[in-house]
Amino acid sequence: MTPLLELRGVDAAYGTTAVLRNVTLEVEDGSMVALLGANGAGKTTTLRAICNMGVRVRGEIRLAGRRIDGQSTETIARLGIGHVPEGRGTFLSLSVEENLQLGAYLRRDRGVAADLKRLFGYFPVLRERLHQQAGTLSGGEQQMLAIARALMAWPRLLLLDEPSFGLAPILVQEIFRILRVINKEEHMTMLLVEQNARLALDLVGHVVLLETGRVVASGPPKQIAANESVRRAYLGQ
Amino acid sequence: MQALLHQILSGLANGSIYASVALALVMIFKATHQVNFAQGELAMFSTYVAFTLINAGVPYWVAFVITLGFSFTAGVAVERLILRRFRHASVLSAVIAFIGLLVMFNGLAGWFFTYTIKVFPSPFDPHAWYGTTYLSPHEVGMISVTLIVLAIVFVFFRFTRLGLAMRASAENPQSSRLVGIRVGWMLALGWGLASVLGAVAGMMAAPIVFLEPNMMAGVILYGFAAALLGGIDNPWGAPIGGFILGVLENLAGAYVVGTHLKLALALFVIVAVLVFKPSGLFGRTVVVRV
Repeated sequence: MTPLLELRGVDAAYGTTAVLRNVTLEVEDGSMVALLGANGAGKTTTLRAICNMGVRVRGEIRLAGRRIDGQSTETIARLGIGHVPEGRGTFLSLSVEENLQLGAYLRRDRGVAADLKRLFGYFPVLRERLHQQAGTLSGGEQQMLAIARALMAWPRLLLLDEPSFGLAPILVQEIFRILRVINKEEHMTMLLVEQNARLALDLVGHVVLLETGRVVASGPPKQIAANESVRRAYLGQ
Repeated sequence: MQALLHQILSGLANGSIYASVALALVMIFKATHQVNFAQGELAMFSTYVAFTLINAGVPYWVAFVITLGFSFTAGVAVERLILRRFRHASVLSAVIAFIGLLVMFNGLAGWFFTYTIKVFPSPFDPHAWYGTTYLSPHEVGMISVTLIVLAIVFVFFRFTRLGLAMRASAENPQSSRLVGIRVGWMLALGWGLASVLGAVAGMMAAPIVFLEPNMMAGVILYGFAAALLGGIDNPWGAPIGGFILGVLENLAGAYVVGTHLKLALALFVIVAVLVFKPSGLFGRTVVVRV
């Protein structure tokens, strides 16, 4: 079966600064994959390369077998990739409702209202905050809004850039629990970047480990966690 | 007392022109952080198009609508063909491009339509019932047209999907792309709408200032002042700034500086706002939580 997302021999650079070298990875339909690695390993760059966001890319990127590298960010969104960017990308001056409407910008079908309701089931706080300006939300609420915004498009693949960033541990647990439920219940494929290796290892079905722009390990969390150098470098054991 | 009331009301009429121009400037500034110095010349050129159509026998309001269509297309074309190339250029390059456009449209208008001053018709009958001792029918008409246009713009931005997408693109282009909005086209659309607003101002101003290639020179200056006064970052402040400035101009002209120094008043307002309240009367100083 063709994987939903496939990177083959991808090099990526900002201007002349090379960041990724020969990255190859696959994300199976319905799976949850974590991209782990230290600061500056190229995790965010990998997500940016997939969506063609200011990164120069060589190599092949495919969505369900179809080449998407070289397409514009807008087109890639239209092809079904949702992206919760680094820093959440909230439209701060707009209301929560408008943020969610923008998430569904591409949709013309009648299911939008029903999906909104469904998302309120996962993130009840957004219903309470619906008419509030998004900039007034707390960090955790903004993260939920960012995830809900991306989900409103009902993408085939959801990219998440450090959903735990800057949040209290209890909130992180909550958000990760919700992500897992959405993955299972909605069959939503996810590729997430995470700094917190321990959390990610508990959450996902497959891990890709990046080191200075190269994939150094890839496999189920158990296998990765068993690796001696991984334990030392990322789990502090 | 009557004279004062007259000055204030006709100030609102002039102010409606500044309001449209100021809103046009703010719309482009919000989306691109560039100030469109050519806004007035585009409006002037559109007014010539209306003039040509009316002289060819097209009824006024039909010519009005066709002209709006023309300015929309021209605005979109200018953005797509010229200004998008300056999107990542330095501020100075962009300013030079705008000044180039200004000179170009001014020259083209002179070339096509000559520099002879022409009388532009008003669609409002000078003896219409809605004329009063204080306001001529044309002045009532231009205030009404401006208010209707402002209302349409408000509804468009507040309640339509496209309006929302344009606001989103102005605030956060990257996130907008991620939800699939074609940000480049939203900018072009913004240019088209701004140039429509300018054309309305031009057609409403022309019966008063007369039609000639430099007709908008003074108006655009007041437009800048109005935009700054209302807050260059605030689309709702700009029209209010326009109306305030119109009244201020008339009062100062009648009672303080005299008609000869009216234009200097606009410059005075620009300097005063920049010195004392750079964010304008209704501007928001952006506070960012880090």
